[in-house]
Amino acid sequence: MHLAISMEEAVELIPDGATIMLSGFMGVGVPDGIVHALAHAGKRDLTLISNDTARDATGPGPLFAAHCVRKLICSHMGLNTIVQAQYASGELDVELVPQGTLVERIRAAGVGLGGILTPTGVGTRVAEGKEIVTVDGKDYLLETPLSADVALIAARSCDYVGNLAYMLTATNFNPIMALAGRTVICEPEEIVPVGMIPPDLVKTPGVLVDHVIKKTA
Amino acid sequence: MHPKELIARRVAQEIAPRSLVNLGIGIPTLVSDYLDESLGVFFQAENGAVGMGHRPPEGMTDRHLTDAGGRFVSFVPGASTIDSAFSFGLIRGGHLDLTVLGALQVDEKGHLANWMIPGQYTPGMGGAMDLVTGAKKVIVAMQHTAKGEAKIVPECTLPLTSQRRVDLIVTELAVLKPEDDGLHLIERAPNVPLEVILEMTEASLIHDPDVPEMRVGC
Repeated sequence: MHLAISMEEAVELIPDGATIMLSGFMGVGVPDGIVHALAHAGKRDLTLISNDTARDATGPGPLFAAHCVRKLICSHMGLNTIVQAQYASGELDVELVPQGTLVERIRAAGVGLGGILTPTGVGTRVAEGKEIVTVDGKDYLLETPLSADVALIAARSCDYVGNLAYMLTATNFNPIMALAGRTVICEPEEIVPVGMIPPDLVKTPGVLVDHVIKKTA
Repeated sequence: MHPKELIARRVAQEIAPRSLVNLGIGIPTLVSDYLDESLGVFFQAENGAVGMGHRPPEGMTDRHLTDAGGRFVSFVPGASTIDSAFSFGLIRGGHLDLTVLGALQVDEKGHLANWMIPGQYTPGMGGAMDLVTGAKKVIVAMQHTAKGEAKIVPECTLPLTSQRRVDLIVTELAVLKPEDDGLHLIERAPNVPLEVILEMTEASLIHDPDVPEMRVGC
């Protein structure tokens, strides 16, 4: 399979200081293998874009425990005590983004839009420093696109051309982030022959996927 | 009756048949326990579930099927899954009939604060700002006070979740409704005197001399 790389090769594709998107929601739909490998490799100064920080040892948790992350862009970080401590001490720079805005900013980058207009956050702290655009008498915040050097994707199934299928609520940010990463690395639960994923069930066409991490026995 | 059960039972009465509902973490989650399943309500979660059911029996959970708190759930017949952009399209786009959320503070204008306590604890807003901005109806379900401190205040001192006015506030002591002229006390919990509610509330309340009791039959 021409897309296949080893976990070690995947880790080498992500330099210190990179901006990475990590899919998942409270640890569900997260490519856990690459998270652990990056933490083990001791990456530094990463900017992490992720919906949430799950708990200390789940989802992106190991990246914080290993002090890999300098800047975090997320919607929720309330249940990870390591993140809370690093935020309080100033080790971690945090930008909190409402969840619906976060996913649309990522989608905007992925689909070539210059930003989005959302009513969410108008009249709150989130609006500080942002342009208000009035459309048909209603106020919206102008929110800018959010892209990344690398998007790390977890899929249920991946075929030999990189088509991805997801499962239940493990879908979450995966298909959106797969559009927005300049390099897209997928860690599937299984790799199957072409044709095994019915076309209608492919949620990320293989043309978007650059590398697939192949499990070593 | 346990205070949280009382709140959940009262909120359950607000849910219309065949509506799409999002329940927040904590007390709001309990609401589905007191809902008649024949109503055909679909529960939505931010992580992309439409049609969540109860936690499955031991051994029948699936790690790909969770609620927005990461807990294992089941699906009811007719359920579906969607990605996060679609999920917030439902929420922000006015397709969600009701959201029930917890709060740190609510004020006389019906403004809600529930995502940070500056200098103390900053969990983040998660989906709350989109939910309060986009849902057709917003109900706050919370304990009336926190460690003796009033949570229903003249004006929120904590950062707001939205400038939108919530529709109803349900606590273990009272049901309150924010209107243009202020915050109305419309029901009191069984056997709770009016004076107790007024004492536990910092906000000014508009009320009739006789405030009716909630009807929460078991």
